Amino acid sequence: MKAYLTRRYWFSASHRLHCKDMSEAENKEAYGKCNNPHGHGHNYSVEVTVAGQVDPKTGMVCNLADMDSFVHEKILQRFDLENLNTLSEFQGVVPTTENLCVELYGILENGFRHAAVEKVRVEETMLNSFEYAGGREARH
Amino acid sequence: MVYLTRKAEFSASHSYHNPEFSPEENRRIFGKCNNPHGHGHNYTLEVTVKGQVNGRSGFVVDLKQLKDIMNREVIEVLDHRFLNKEIAEFANIIPTTENLAIDIWNRLRTKLKAAELHRVRVYETPDLFVDYFGEA
Repeated sequence: MKAYLTRRYWFSASHRLHCKDMSEAENKEAYGKCNNPHGHGHNYSVEVTVAGQVDPKTGMVCNLADMDSFVHEKILQRFDLENLNTLSEFQGVVPTTENLCVELYGILENGFRHAAVEKVRVEETMLNSFEYAGGREARH
Repeated sequence: MVYLTRKAEFSASHSYHNPEFSPEENRRIFGKCNNPHGHGHNYTLEVTVKGQVNGRSGFVVDLKQLKDIMNREVIEVLDHRFLNKEIAEFANIIPTTENLAIDIWNRLRTKLKAAELHRVRVYETPDLFVDYFGEA
């Protein structure tokens, strides 16, 4: 039987939304307060959903210890308490939560081998959330 | 099609153990969840049903009926129980959150009359949940 397991993790990071291809006025227009040159921060919540058959021997889609160790090593250690703009992933890409969500999905999709990655959902604040489940239409 | 979700809460204990595994394997795979005396959670259950909105009542399903069915079929059965020892379905099936979601689906599926069961979501903690849609 196929089930979907979701685990939520937390990290805190700062970012500044600024596009080099836009004028100063365009940046202010597009990003508002998020364009503050000194940046600002969020407590991000990341929900990772994996899907698969429930293993009859363990009752699990995926051992949580495997998921926790992967996310801790590949995501939390990399992003927690960092300025996203300084990371290699965001040198040519504005670190919006849309782009962060796509990036986190890519890390899981390319590296996690214990279950199929179904979806990543990122909450930037309690009022904003973003989901990505793969597919070619992520960016245009 | 409109989807309606009703929440309920129950508290229960469980232990993860597969008698086919050696004691070392059980500890390695299940970690602290292998404690034979069990440990507990405050579970949150979300039941989502789907259907067309009735033209007269404006309901997908009568919430009172749904609440009563959830209470009778799930909450009264599982609340304040040691799942492994007191719930027959878990005598030989490990009561992981995955299996709990499937078990609750099976308890509810045939009992709902007016609407079709769409999803059972079980939160073991606020940061861990399983969805089951009845898929094979």
